[in-house]
Amino acid sequence: MKLTEDQITRYSRHILLKEVGGKGQKKLLNGKVLIIGAGGLGAPIALYLAAAGVGTIGIADADQVDLSNLQRQVIHFTGDIGKSKVISAKEKMLAINPDLNVVAHETWVAADNIAALIADYDFVIDGTDNFAAKFLVNDACVLAGKPYSHGGILQFDGQTMTILPGESACYRCIFPAPPPKDAIPTCSQAGVIGVLPGVLGTLQATEAIKYLLGAGDLLTGRLLSYSALRMKFREIPVKKNPKCPICGDHPSITVLKDELDAVTACDLGH
Amino acid sequence: MNLTVNGKPTSITEEGTLSVTQLLETLKVAQREYVTVELNGEILERDDFDTAAVQDGATVEFLYFMGGGAA
Repeated sequence: MKLTEDQITRYSRHILLKEVGGKGQKKLLNGKVLIIGAGGLGAPIALYLAAAGVGTIGIADADQVDLSNLQRQVIHFTGDIGKSKVISAKEKMLAINPDLNVVAHETWVAADNIAALIADYDFVIDGTDNFAAKFLVNDACVLAGKPYSHGGILQFDGQTMTILPGESACYRCIFPAPPPKDAIPTCSQAGVIGVLPGVLGTLQATEAIKYLLGAGDLLTGRLLSYSALRMKFREIPVKKNPKCPICGDHPSITVLKDELDAVTACDLGH
Repeated sequence: MNLTVNGKPTSITEEGTLSVTQLLETLKVAQREYVTVELNGEILERDDFDTAAVQDGATVEFLYFMGGGAA
């Protein structure tokens, strides 16, 4: 594959970087990233990955755009209210960059579809809004050996970590099981400052790009925690937990199942 | 004793050794039922909270669930 004149111009600021160059840009164009969730986190992730020229971007969500989404989900516009989020997202991504193959997966992830969904992608990004989905994404990626980025937000705080299954700590190494239903307040109950998913989602997109490029150090083995109110980032080192129920020495989870008790968190309004 | 809690130097009046359960109470940690505790770099099992010993100089992190993605 040779970059076209238009591509050389479009990606010129990437190509100037020694960590990217023409070779790196081709890696991005050949890269396949799946974004699970087309909401607050998914919005900046999808926009930046599209702009960066990640050649194949999948985006999975079954929700429709609601007026209350627009305070933070910057990929959806007022005229999109009522439209499928993945279709709305795909339109904007292709408007930014018509070079891309954007795959709209209009579905919720579940134990019976997630393995097939992630199989075709190099890297997965968790932009989901509930614990059932977050644990499922973790489990599916760990079992498939698929690298992924975890992200979570609430009110003014966010956290993110990149997981290289088998090599670095996974989500269950820190949180072995989801909290009971309704135990943890949701964004729809507790609120979320609109810029917060922009910060966290952009960090997650950065990790996907670095992974595809093979550049720098990934956010593995450390949970990055961000407080918007205090304007502080903190890194908490986390080791792989030998007692982890999915990636530990004696895993108790060997097949995917839905965490039915945990379907809440940033309540979906459906 | 002096601890580092969530990255901050923290002094508590208790001396000697404290269990993690006692520390959670002393510091009035939020969401005690769900918080993950990392003591000196090791993530603890919930069952070990009563027995895990927190001593002077310990580094403790409280890790919270954050489930949002803002759908």
